Amino acid sequence: MDLFLQQTFSGLAFGGIYACVALAVVMIYQATDHLNFAQGEMAMFSTYIAYSLLHHGIPYWWAFLLALGISFVGGVLVERIVVRPVEGTGVLNEVIVFIGLLVIFNSLAGWIWDYTIKPFPSPFPKQVPFGITFVGPHEFGVIGITLVVLLAVFLFFRYTQVGLAMRAAAQDPASARLVGIRVGWMLALGWGLAAAIGAVAGIMVAPIVFLEPNMMDGILLYAFAGALLGGIGNPVGAVVGSLIVGVVENLVGTYVPFVGSELKLSVALVLIVTVLVFRPSGLFGQVVVKRV
Amino acid sequence: MAGDAKTVNARELAALASGAKLSRRQLIGLAIVLVGAIALPWFVTDYRTFQFTLAVIYAIAVLGLNILTGFNGQFSLGHGAFYAIGAYTAAIMMSQWGVAYYWTLPAAGAVCLVAGFLFGLPALRLEGLYLALATFALAVATPQILKYDPISPWTGGVQGVTINKPDAPFGLPISQDAWLYYFSLVVMVIVFVCAWNLLRGRTGRALKAIRDNPIAASAMGVNTSLYKSLTFGVSALYTGIAGALGAIAVQFVAPDTFNFFLSVTFLVGVVIGGLASIPGAIFGGLVIVFIPNIAEDVSQAAPWAIYGVFLILFMYFMPTGIWGFIRLLYAKFARRRRAG
Repeated sequence: MDLFLQQTFSGLAFGGIYACVALAVVMIYQATDHLNFAQGEMAMFSTYIAYSLLHHGIPYWWAFLLALGISFVGGVLVERIVVRPVEGTGVLNEVIVFIGLLVIFNSLAGWIWDYTIKPFPSPFPKQVPFGITFVGPHEFGVIGITLVVLLAVFLFFRYTQVGLAMRAAAQDPASARLVGIRVGWMLALGWGLAAAIGAVAGIMVAPIVFLEPNMMDGILLYAFAGALLGGIGNPVGAVVGSLIVGVVENLVGTYVPFVGSELKLSVALVLIVTVLVFRPSGLFGQVVVKRV
Repeated sequence: MAGDAKTVNARELAALASGAKLSRRQLIGLAIVLVGAIALPWFVTDYRTFQFTLAVIYAIAVLGLNILTGFNGQFSLGHGAFYAIGAYTAAIMMSQWGVAYYWTLPAAGAVCLVAGFLFGLPALRLEGLYLALATFALAVATPQILKYDPISPWTGGVQGVTINKPDAPFGLPISQDAWLYYFSLVVMVIVFVCAWNLLRGRTGRALKAIRDNPIAASAMGVNTSLYKSLTFGVSALYTGIAGALGAIAVQFVAPDTFNFFLSVTFLVGVVIGGLASIPGAIFGGLVIVFIPNIAEDVSQAAPWAIYGVFLILFMYFMPTGIWGFIRLLYAKFARRRRAG
């Protein structure tokens, strides 16, 4: 039972990290209908920025916030400079640009900070409060931070004017434009927010998987899977889907004998694809009805 | 001017409907390219010849993916998996059963045809991004499955399988690399002609109709599910043949070479070469092999960053791919000549 609880909570911690990345992906997807393949590498890059800030002796939480701010600005700039020119030229063209961004960030990180694996500090106390034994301190902290981020995103989109404007711009760009919303900037803002949320995921996962240029590869994959499992157009679904993915992946790796840690990625994905075959638009997604 | 464009369009449509034939000018161009390709090994080093062999092989794989993505509108981020199946089929047949290398190609093609068709069946339920995810899963799972212990007597586990490079037959006085190049070139010409025949007639029209509007296509009597899963099979067949050739060319297969990045590379080849175009696949193959080389010449420190910049620049300046760009230039040139 202890093992089960341990693995479930560890899965939830990972699921929380996937959920942050998935949320970042969904945010861009809702506005533009495109999956940002570079989201993981952007998060990795943000984590390196946080690493550098920490190295210069800035206290952890200041470095954390500063890295988020830099990522936000970086995300806005990427949208304005790199993505804007190819907008509307076709899905595959944008996918190639995203792949271009992916290799650029990956290669730059390796060039600036080299490819050696670096430890990354965890900000959380060594002891879990309330005498809980089935979850590690960092995992406990990660679950907490994820919840804070999710709540913040929810409140932002629900109760602030900018959040509402962004939703309007994503839902119906033409009408949003007519009521005076600057749709283009809302998109850039979305990229910035996505980059910042991704940065949280990167900084939270770095103490577990260690910092290196390829650290986000698997995580982005799980985030995609989670987002699609929950229904890509639905942020809540994406979060729930990601949590499910995290837990399932961990439990399958622990309990199914022939799987182990080698095959758990494949098995998790096969499970997801199987689910999708029966529910093609995700667990919480809506079937898109098109008029011919 | 506008009238001109319309007549050209109408002519193209008529040509398409009758099963397009090549014009005389196109035939001459094709012959020149072919002669150039045959003469190539005499002018470059063995290493360059080997690179061109790889480009030819990738061109076949890119064409396979292009049939699926460009002509039929189904995304795949997992064609590296079929490439891997083809490569392993060839490697196992050669190293374990001592089969001659040229017999491995049809076998690899057949295995991949079946695998692709079977994968295409559940893929029928999925569209767009969901299909991308399913194929993505396939790409990611491939190296892990290849490393899986119980099948390692055949696959060689993490180490993979090593095979021998074939010699030129009939005592031809050319190097192994040159022979391999010619062999791949002949295979490429055969499969390209097959693809051209497949795509210019009734089948090709059905595939494009499904891509452009599946509902209208089925209303016209096209069996969409059969065509879609068969396309998956044929596409996998092409990629599998390329995989077998690739294994023979590099004399080695190992699980980690068939990672997700390989699948992405094929997609890059398709889009940069030119979506839904057969000659574009050749440019795709060349781009896959040579752009990383050029990037390395530009910057030793961060070659992949340069590669990424290249990708983005390609999409800025040639949104329809290299072949689309060439056609655009040609059309401009022809129009100017007609005007003047």
